[in-house]
Amino acid sequence: MNPRTARSALAVATVTVLASACSLSGGSGGGAQQTPEVTLVTHDSFVAPQDVLDAFQRQSGLKLKVVKYGDAGELTNKLVLTKANPIGDVAYGVDSTFASRALGEGVFQPYTSPEADRGPQRYSVDPEHRLSAVDLGDVCVNVDSGYFTSKGLAEPKTYDDLADPKYKDLTVAEDPATASPGLAFLLGTIAKFGEQGWQGYWTKLKANGLKVDSGWEEAYTKDFSGSSGKGPRPIVVSYASSPAAEVGPDGKPRTKALLDTCYRQVEYAGVLTGSKNLPQAQKVVDFLLSQQFQTTVPANMYVYPARQGVDLPAGWAQVAPLPSNPATLPADQVQAGREKWIGAWRSLMGA
Amino acid sequence: MALAHGGLTPARTLRTAGLALLGLLPVAFLAVFFAWPVVAIVGRGFSAGGVDTVLADPQTWRLAGFTLASAAASTVVALLAGLPVAYLLARVRLPGVGLARMLVLVPFVLPTVVVGLAFRAIWPDGGVLPLVLANAFFNVAVVARTVAGLWSHLDPRATEAARALGASPWRAFRTVTLPALGPAVASAAAVVFLFCATSFGVVLILGGGQYRTLETEIYLRTVDLLDLSGAAALSLIQFAAVLAALALGAMARRRRENAVRLRSALVTARRPRGGEWWTVGAAAVVLALLMTPIVALLAESVSGENGWSLAGYRALSGNGANDALQVSGWTAAKNSLAAATDATLLAMAVGVLASVVLVALRRAPGRLARGMGETMDAALMLPLGVSAVTVGFGYLITLDALPGDLRTSPMLVPLAQALVIIPLVVRMVLPVLRAVDVRLRQAASTLGASPVRVWREIDFPLTARSLVAAAGFGFVVALGEFGATSFLARPDAPTLPVAVATLMGRPGELNNQMAYAACALLMVVTVAAVALIDRFGSVRGHGSVGEF
Repeated sequence: MNPRTARSALAVATVTVLASACSLSGGSGGGAQQTPEVTLVTHDSFVAPQDVLDAFQRQSGLKLKVVKYGDAGELTNKLVLTKANPIGDVAYGVDSTFASRALGEGVFQPYTSPEADRGPQRYSVDPEHRLSAVDLGDVCVNVDSGYFTSKGLAEPKTYDDLADPKYKDLTVAEDPATASPGLAFLLGTIAKFGEQGWQGYWTKLKANGLKVDSGWEEAYTKDFSGSSGKGPRPIVVSYASSPAAEVGPDGKPRTKALLDTCYRQVEYAGVLTGSKNLPQAQKVVDFLLSQQFQTTVPANMYVYPARQGVDLPAGWAQVAPLPSNPATLPADQVQAGREKWIGAWRSLMGA
Repeated sequence: MALAHGGLTPARTLRTAGLALLGLLPVAFLAVFFAWPVVAIVGRGFSAGGVDTVLADPQTWRLAGFTLASAAASTVVALLAGLPVAYLLARVRLPGVGLARMLVLVPFVLPTVVVGLAFRAIWPDGGVLPLVLANAFFNVAVVARTVAGLWSHLDPRATEAARALGASPWRAFRTVTLPALGPAVASAAAVVFLFCATSFGVVLILGGGQYRTLETEIYLRTVDLLDLSGAAALSLIQFAAVLAALALGAMARRRRENAVRLRSALVTARRPRGGEWWTVGAAAVVLALLMTPIVALLAESVSGENGWSLAGYRALSGNGANDALQVSGWTAAKNSLAAATDATLLAMAVGVLASVVLVALRRAPGRLARGMGETMDAALMLPLGVSAVTVGFGYLITLDALPGDLRTSPMLVPLAQALVIIPLVVRMVLPVLRAVDVRLRQAASTLGASPVRVWREIDFPLTARSLVAAAGFGFVVALGEFGATSFLARPDAPTLPVAVATLMGRPGELNNQMAYAACALLMVVTVAAVALIDRFGSVRGHGSVGEF
């Protein structure tokens, strides 16, 4: 080999070696195999402070492995697909919109946590207690208060206000087929106006210049005027807790959730059928319902704890109180109607 | 057939057998990590029934039509924009060309959600035009880098001869340069078309509910509706379209492909003259357009509520407001580098091996070998044309059968990324490898060199630069890969694009700023990686690569 060829070969070899040396995903620790490991399958929004997770691992003597699998719908579908050989031992994040599908497919097995009587049972979806409520989140219309003050226009309050010509071209919502807040909002209107009336309401919304985005990101960060994007529209479909993230430097909230336009989703945890670590999986459910974990839920995931007597972070009471009277639909009705409604919505909105 | 090359001597049979064995490795990789999962998930849809109903629905065919038309439009735009840039990168020696070479790759790695939002800032209502442009925006780099790879090695003397004989510059380009570049252009077009036809996030954000494609519909039916039979029907159509595109690309390549004289890239680049400045100008315009969203994004990363702010960058050392991420921004960056490295090593091993076998099969006598070569060539491209969600969901129902239940393994992300890069590696290495003048190799063999020695002394020096370029490009693609990565198990280890998408999905000024800062970080990492690899690829000052 002549020197130049050798040099280029050396260069390639060096790159290769350097590259392989800095690779990290190959080695996975190894070592202490004695600690039993338990796998929690959850959605992308799962967030828990590391110290709380560490404390749980110390107390229980378990090694908790967290695997995230998309949003609530994606997570549910993946659990259904893998039910014969589950990807974990316990799952958290299946919500009330998808609970029926998971239960109907036999994804979860019965388990009643000793912690469940501290509130979670209020949201029970089946008599066998295969799912335990961990948290609740409300999808509500949010408004940019500053916009309405500066225009001298009263803030809207109800679903009907959104169809009022006073608020023409001011609202942005999400596509229920592609975004979960969009679906919750659609379900809210169905709960409010009924299976017969919701299409009439949406026809009015469309005529009143409603804009539909495919995802929450576009709607909230680009089109909504009350967030960082400072978009053109002061009314957006988001969450009851969103105003907590929009507190100005002066400590005052700049946005507000309209509490008469909320639809509640409850998120559940359960032990997976076919889990090979049954007692450990049950301990994880207990942990998710414990005071210790529930306290971390609002600030980290922007949802409200299912457990009673858990304090919300300071300021939430003023900025992001839990809506007292949100709409809901029975899980079975959602399961039976979801696809039909989305189909009807799509043809109605000309998608 | 068996004329000059004679019948099958024992030695030749042995060599063919060895070749077949070598070829089995890439084939086995694709079979396990691509074909099996895809067939399994599509098969499930079929057994559920109802596939025929979806196929008979006229709405389905409207979707297919729109998908193909918009992908074709984006491909044309990417080619028109990419060729002047390829010229600039391959032929021009001016200050700043090196920088352009790195910058042109940046769009390719940007997370789709960010580019989608950037285009939405210009076209608030979305629509077909921004959709087509955004898909082209991502892919100009594919054209520029793939074509430049071959162009920089083309002997300019053929063009000069044509010019000396009185051809206009345009005519010389059309009749001499373009035919020589044909294989690279066709390769790039096929890759871009496949990327565009299966692009997901961009269509979702810019198409709104109005414009949907096969890919978004497959995603919707799989992920949200669990309508596997509907998804299977659509996958079938997508698959057919991909095969057609591949066949067209292969035809274009076959017609054009021939050995051309290759020269060291350093000899071929020079200062532009006369009319060539127009092409340089066009390339500059394209680069400026490509940089516009990037500059806007950088500006976004440093602007806060009250003017300029570096809060987003400072936040990279943490987990975002209210622990939006499970790890810090820097850890996500490290995860990205690690996964991309593994993916690149894997893809280079499989891709280069496949390319070597493909070239050998093509040179091997007999229809059978050629047929095998063409089938393998097409098969290697398929991962680009199949929906990432199909592969991802397929993994879930198959990979638990492998030792160690790969479904939750950290290796899954590099494996899936490698699937995306392998076609790119093959498309970049193959044209150069094939263009190596077969007479050189024959001469070496006649002089008694072993096949390994022929590869080392002839093929390798001539293709080293392309190999490094392919590795670099593959690395960058893996860094930015989002589709497959986002579907796969990623236990507490988000890559940078995944982290950006997560941050974008959280309310709050700081998370937004941090998302943009993370994008900027992704760009910096990309540019640094490309700079490093370019540096290794061409040891300056010496006519190192491709010289004898």
